[in-house]
Amino acid sequence: MRTMTPPSPGGATSPAEGGGKRSVLAEWQLALPLALAFASIFLAPLLMLVGVSFFNDDKISQPGFGQWAKFLGDPFSYKVIADTMLLGVKTVGATILIGYPLALVYLDASPRVQKVLIFVIVMPLLLSVVVRTFAWIVVLGREGVVNTVLMQLGLISEPLRLLQTELGLVISLTQIEMPLMLLPLISVMSRLDPNLRDASAALGASRWRTLFTVIVPLSMPGLVAGCLLVFASSTTAFISQSVIGGVRLIYLPLLIWQQSLVVFNWPFAAVVSIALLISVLTVVSALSWLGRRSGGYVHG
Amino acid sequence: MSMGRRRSFGDISYGVVIWTLATTALFIIVAPVVIVLTTSFTEGRSLKFPPTGFSLQWYEALFDPSKSRQIHRAVGNSLEVAAWSTGFGVLLGSMAALGIARNRHRLARVADGFFLSPLVLPGLTFGLASLMYFTLIGFRPSLNLIIAGHMIVTVPFILRTTSASLSQLDPALNDSSQSLGASWFYTLRRVTLPLIAPGIFAGAFLAFMASIDNVPVSLFLSTARTDMLPIRMWGMMESTLDPRIAAVSGVLITAAFLLMLVMEWTVGLTRRMRD
Repeated sequence: MRTMTPPSPGGATSPAEGGGKRSVLAEWQLALPLALAFASIFLAPLLMLVGVSFFNDDKISQPGFGQWAKFLGDPFSYKVIADTMLLGVKTVGATILIGYPLALVYLDASPRVQKVLIFVIVMPLLLSVVVRTFAWIVVLGREGVVNTVLMQLGLISEPLRLLQTELGLVISLTQIEMPLMLLPLISVMSRLDPNLRDASAALGASRWRTLFTVIVPLSMPGLVAGCLLVFASSTTAFISQSVIGGVRLIYLPLLIWQQSLVVFNWPFAAVVSIALLISVLTVVSALSWLGRRSGGYVHG
Repeated sequence: MSMGRRRSFGDISYGVVIWTLATTALFIIVAPVVIVLTTSFTEGRSLKFPPTGFSLQWYEALFDPSKSRQIHRAVGNSLEVAAWSTGFGVLLGSMAALGIARNRHRLARVADGFFLSPLVLPGLTFGLASLMYFTLIGFRPSLNLIIAGHMIVTVPFILRTTSASLSQLDPALNDSSQSLGASWFYTLRRVTLPLIAPGIFAGAFLAFMASIDNVPVSLFLSTARTDMLPIRMWGMMESTLDPRIAAVSGVLITAAFLLMLVMEWTVGLTRRMRD
């Protein structure tokens, strides 16, 4: 059969083709062990989570929609979902507000300064989230830095309550998630042609105008990627939410933890974690759809 | 080149606003780390800033085997889990990357997305799912289960950096090696692997650090016996604010700083993370 096939038009592939085909097949099979691991310890647990959510009792013996009805019928659930998503939006907003200017400064800096800046930006990423959260307790606590300074300046007579407030939580998350905003942003911005800004200035545009009509649109893919990462990470940041937010501010991750490891109502915890999954993935897919659209005209 | 245009109000306000915000960002990134480091040397019993006096008492308490046995065990568990999960992750992850990174087939794209999905999936959802799964199919909590869970959530780092290295590899190198008679495996060993090693290494480092820092999986799968460092630290912060946690933070900050310097020199970590 082999000899019957006509020679390929290019002619260049003939001797290696057989071996090449075989090795492609062999190469593809290299992914099988990981696929097997993912099927058995990633996909199967997630499917089981969905299954468990359709049981009415915490002994997981009576199938039914009871837990879903309980979750969806309670206005409190919607408040928690909204609060969680809003926390993500506020954190994203704060990281853009101060992160974007830092990325602009990075872009203008000399290579030496850039090296130092990128080190400072990445360093917290390698530092445990627990440590970064703890740092904010020291800063925002009753005897913390902010209160000490304000009291000594005589601006306040009583320590401010900063922990267990949403403001405190957003401030902490802004620092904790900042590298996730800056890395994609810097990555996209450093690929922009520096002449674009000079051209814009030469045509008489102010620096503000250049920023909003040239740089921001061109850096959109990085900005979207950053928003996506910061949003996904801050809405699920259990440790920061529980330690800085405390028990009065309830977000979906805390609810999952309470229901599964404190109350031991696994079916309800499963419902809440599916709600978290759906809420986060909806926003993330919407953002990445926007990102793909904005990516379109950047390469034009 | 400049036409000698006078700096307008717009340009000045631009400079002021951008620099103020950027400085704020830098301050917010750096200050808490410096403050924790400073506070860890306090003489007092509370975590006040500025700290009162200078002492190494919290570090002494931290390193004392009798006073801090639980912390030491948690550190041991975390290191063991990170080592095994990174090991398995490197093996399975780099194999998978070799298998699908340059494969144009639609299924390869699907597999790639599937393997990277733990990055976007909320960690708590997977953590809870794995607790239910392992419990309901009859496993007892153990470090092995935590290793399996960590491998799943950290392998995307290895896959991503390895695939990036592979995509920058000139295919002509493979072709010439094979056309000179080298077997596929020989080419892999002598040509491909040495060239993508920095990528694998950077990914392994990120995976290792992510495992040490993992909360969502450890939260659900660890028990008192298989306590993990971040979970123990969380417990220390939730109950009484134990000043030893400042000392733990001090150690972790120093370790992260030194590791990052080493990684920067060896594989150019920040460049790999930026691209």
